Formats: sequence, C-alpha cells, structure tokens
Amino acid sequence: MRRLLVALAASALLAAGCASDLPPTGASAPPDSGTSAAPAETSAPASAGTGEQSEFFVQADYDAQLAMRTQTAEGPADKPWEQAIAPQMVDTAKYKKDGPYHLCFSNAAVNNPWRQVGWTTMQEEVALHKEIKEFTALDAEGKDDKQISDIAELQAKGCDALIISPNTTATLTPAVSGACPAVPVIVFDRGVETDCPVTFIKPIGGYAFGADGAEFLIEKVPAGGKVLALRILPGVDVLENRWAAAKVAFDKSQLEVVGVEFTDGDAAKTKSIVSDYIARHGKIDGVWMDAGATAVAAIEAFEDAGAPVPAFVGEDQQDFLQKWKDGNLTAVAPTYPTYQWRTPIIAALKILKGEEVPKQWNLPQPKITQESLGTYLQPDMPLLHYALCGCESMPGFPGKWGGK
Amino acid sequence: MKRAIPIFLVLAGLLVAIAVANPYFLEPAGFLGFLKRVAPLAILAAGQYFVIVSGEFDLSVGSLVTVEVVVAARLIDGDEAMTWPVLALLIVIGLLVGLVNGLVTTKLRVPSFITTLGAMLILSGAVFLWTGGAPRGALSQGFRVFGREGVWAVLILLVAVTAAVLLMRADFGRTLIAAGDNERAARLSGVRVDRVRVFAFMLSGLSAAVAGILLGGFAGVSAQVGQSLEFQAITAVVLGGVVLGGGRGHVVAAIAGAFTLEALFTLLNLHGISGALEYAVQGVIIIAAVAAGGLRLPALRLSPSKV
Repeated sequence: MRRLLVALAASALLAAGCASDLPPTGASAPPDSGTSAAPAETSAPASAGTGEQSEFFVQADYDAQLAMRTQTAEGPADKPWEQAIAPQMVDTAKYKKDGPYHLCFSNAAVNNPWRQVGWTTMQEEVALHKEIKEFTALDAEGKDDKQISDIAELQAKGCDALIISPNTTATLTPAVSGACPAVPVIVFDRGVETDCPVTFIKPIGGYAFGADGAEFLIEKVPAGGKVLALRILPGVDVLENRWAAAKVAFDKSQLEVVGVEFTDGDAAKTKSIVSDYIARHGKIDGVWMDAGATAVAAIEAFEDAGAPVPAFVGEDQQDFLQKWKDGNLTAVAPTYPTYQWRTPIIAALKILKGEEVPKQWNLPQPKITQESLGTYLQPDMPLLHYALCGCESMPGFPGKWGGK
Repeated sequence: MKRAIPIFLVLAGLLVAIAVANPYFLEPAGFLGFLKRVAPLAILAAGQYFVIVSGEFDLSVGSLVTVEVVVAARLIDGDEAMTWPVLALLIVIGLLVGLVNGLVTTKLRVPSFITTLGAMLILSGAVFLWTGGAPRGALSQGFRVFGREGVWAVLILLVAVTAAVLLMRADFGRTLIAAGDNERAARLSGVRVDRVRVFAFMLSGLSAAVAGILLGGFAGVSAQVGQSLEFQAITAVVLGGVVLGGGRGHVVAAIAGAFTLEALFTLLNLHGISGALEYAVQGVIIIAAVAAGGLRLPALRLSPSKV
C-alpha cells in the first residue's frame, strides 16, 4: 500500500510539473522506448488503481497495433501463417541461389509449452520442404550469452539463411547485426533493435493482446466492478506491452483495478494470490492476465473458495479452453499464435528463391471468443497444447504434438 | 523446548495481525485455507529438521519436489487408474533420493552441503532434460484431491506432525540428536551415527515426496513448483530455533517456524507487499535467527548453573 502511495505521489508531482496532465493524444510519444517514462503519460486517475504507465510504452506502436486488429491481412485466408497485415515488401533478388538449402536456427529456448508447441511445428514445416537438405538448430536454453555464441557458431556452418528467435531484445542486437552481412537473417517472435534482418516476423503484438483482454472485461463487467490483473514478471517488453495496453483501457473505463500482481508464471503462487484477493475483497468481478499459462490455477482459486468464477482472460491453451467449456465461463482468449513458427521457414525459402517478403511480417492475431471456442477446443490434444498452432493439416499431426 | 517459546509467541502475534487485517481468516473456511497452504512447507520443515538436527543440510528438497510433480504428471497423464501406483512410486523416489544423499554423505564422506547441492543440480538438470523445460501430461482428479481439498491436506499434516513427534521421542530421536550434538561421543557410546543420518536423509526425501503430492494437488503441474523451497524449509527450521550444525532444537518448533514463515508471507500479501520482498524477508530472517542463536550461546556459558 505504502509503495503504491509513494508511486502515486511521485506521478502526481511529475504531472504537476508538466503543462498538462491530459492523456496523450497519440503520435507525440518518442519513438525510442528506452529513454524515459514520459511523465505526462503516468498521470492515471488515482481511482483506476493501475499504477504508472510502463516505461516500455510507445504510443505510436500502440496505435499501429490497435489499428492492425481490424485490418484485413493479405494472403490465403486458410493459412494465416502465410498472411501479412499491411506488408511493405522488400526485394530479395540479391539473396537468390539454387537449392538444396541449408537452413540454420538459433532458438532462444524451448523452456515453456508455448515454445515447445512452436518448435515442433517448425520442425514439421521443415519436413514439408524437400529443397531443405539440412536444418541446423541450436537451443540457447534461455541464456543470452549462449545465444550470442550460438549465432557465431552457426555463421561458420555454411548456412544459406539464418533464423533467429532472440532471447532478449537489447542484448542480442549486436549479435544479430554481426550476422546480417554474412547471411540473410530472419528474426521472429521477439524483436531486435536493428532493421538489418531481411524480415521480422511477429503476430500483431503485445498491445493488441493486452487490449483484447481488457476490452472484453470492460464490456462484460458492470461499471464499478473489481478487476484483478495478474502479470508474470516486470521488465520483459512483450509482457510490458500487454499490460500497458490493458492499463490504458482500464484507466478509461469505470472498472476498479483492485490489484496488479506478479505471479512468476507459477501456478501455486497464482492460486495463493487469487485466494488472498477473494478473501480480502469478498468478490472479484473480472481477472485479466498477461498470459494464460496459469489461468486454470486462478480459476481453481474461485472454485475452491466456493465463489462464482468471474469474467476471465486466458490464452489458447487447451486446459483453459476445456475449463471454459466445462464451467460455461464468461471468457476470452487473446492469442500469440504458435503458427508463427511456420512462417520463418517459408520466409527463408522465399528469400533464397529471390521472392519478395514483407520487411515487417505482421501475422494475424485472432482471439478466441465464445462463438469460436468449439473450433479451437481439441479434447484429444494435451492440456498444455496451444490451439493456434496452425498444424492440424501437417502430416505428423496429432502424434508429434503429443495428441491422440 | 524452552528455546521454542519465542517462535510460538511470534506466530501467535502474526496470526492475530492476519485476523485483524482479514476477519475472514477466523472463519473455518479461511483458516482451513491457511492450513492447506502451510501443509507442504510444514512437512518439508519437519523433514529438513531431521537432517539439520543430525548436523547436516538437505538442499535437494526443492528440486526433488519439482521432480515428483513433473514425474507424476507425465506418468498419470490424466488417467485416474494410474493415481495410486504413481503415488507409491513418488514415495519410493523420495526415499531413494534420500538414501543416496545419506550414503554419499556418510560413506563417501562428502559434506552434505556439497552432496545435496549436487543432487539439487542433478535433479533439476534431469527434469529439464526429460521435459525439455516444460512439463507434459496432467494429474488426475484423484491425485489432486490431496492438495486441493483442505481436509485432506490438514489430515496429512496432522499425521506427519504426529509421526515426527513420535519419532523424536523414540530411540531414533535421541540418537539423532546425540549424533548432531557430538558425533564422536555418540559413536563411542555405541550410536550408529551413519545409519541414523542416512535415515534422516530418507525422511527428508519422504517429506519432499509428500510435499510434492500436496503442491501438485494444490495448483497442478508446473516446472517451478519446487523453486526455492529448500531455502524456505531451512529458514523455517532456523526460525524454529533449531541450531544449524545439529544437536539442539525441537521438531514442533521447526514446524511452528514453517507456520510463522507462511503467516508472514500471508500478512505481507494482505498488505499488498509481495513478490521480490519475500526473498529479502527470508534472507533477513535466516541471518537474524542464526545471529540471535549465536548471541545466546555465550550468554548461556556465562551462567554458572549451566556449566
């Protein structure tokens, strides 16, 4: 409580020092996310309970992502991993060469179910293409230093194209810049602070994800309702963006955010925190989460307390979708689709064949709603499987993903 | 038991503070919820107590808890029929890891700090290799009942506490304390020091298995479930006035230490202070408790009646 008061007091002081404490009107934010917390943006109404705006918040990116949600993607509608929103094509003729090809991949980690599903999907995508004679992948096990040496090692292996899924944004930037002159580089998932890669592949992004969930709660929870926000951990750009967008939405709403807590992505901790909030507030009307992995644990906290499960924001993991259907919940699942792991392979082959690719390849990022729940719930798949793998028509499905 | 009085006073104070901040705590459901949350740590603290009072450490329990939960999920994979065989297997795994820790420490004369640190790394590495970093499979409802339903968790806690107290009252308890107090004297008076220590490690492994069953039941599969539990267990034991290095302290006080630690976390949480601060609080407690113990010892020596 004291910390919050201090934070509020500090932001009030900062805001008082500025000409105006009106909410930012867009396009005025500095393009560099790392410089400052832009005090004028931190002056949330005290009643919202959402604290200060993240220093990772960039107004222009936020506006762009929210706009992309309603834009139509170009490309085949039944293959969203080949689609792109508002693509700016770049010429790749200088990379053109004859096959067969040797593709290389520096992977940040395979340390969570999302990355496991994605990694399986990527390997199956490779198997689809006869012109790939060799696929070399190194797993950095979540360590920046290992990934830096992995990238150096891969450059010595005669790769025709190098795919990188960076572990962290800032630290990996020099390594990626170093690889660019030697080989066509494709970056996906998390970004880097250089535009030297031929293409950067990602779903729309964290702001859209966070806003999808928050807007759902604002629509479903009556005015004055209490919302609990659960975040994994601070300081990771994609997660900061999700919360930043949710905060903007909550600040404009009539909802009261009674708490913003960090769960470390741990199910037991999540359940304890939610139980404490139920005990303290008697009733929670909505739960917003920046990732769905512990959504089921949070739902169980309500079940075990004998309280009705409120409106919930989860993700496209099967355990949550199953719970949603069984409990007939009011829920939504924003997604960060694992089908994005197919795209880098497709992009690499396009580049090596001299076909143009989008400079920034924005993949569609659908959300699962009550209407589409039936399509994505797959009872024969493992509980930790992510529904948006785009892998259902691949030859290894469902066995390779652990399904029956 | 006299050493243990302060911890009960602190615990009582914390419980009152929680009740003031959150009256729901006094209702049966609220208190049951608290007991359910304490149970795994209390059982781990009891297991850790046996090892510490015999003069050793067990740093492997946290990783062992993770191993138990991850193995259970992978083998059960949602199949109710597998519940009981897997539960039995988990107990065996716990005892086995304890046995290995004990044998390496006593027979190979590797200090237990190193033995169990090694075991911790081996176990977490093995889990990572086997799962690729993220757990697979699912626990059955039959398995989860123990950790989810407060009554079961409390029942298991009661059985564990009773068993621990009875063990310490039996010959085993006396020889264990003797081994921790003065190993040489214990050996000379015919205590099989190695055997009681191995047994202590096995009890610690068993406690990790039971804690794993409760924690897996509480919140489901997670690869982080056991993270830093070894330090929480050691903090709890030290908080209970048990002397690191062995020979002094009561098992009930160690369990009270676990209650106190969890009560403190609950109180911090109720006041909206949580997250990283939990580690800091633990750090302060562990240093302060050992420092307080160190200050008390010379004072005792000064009093002539004690010599």
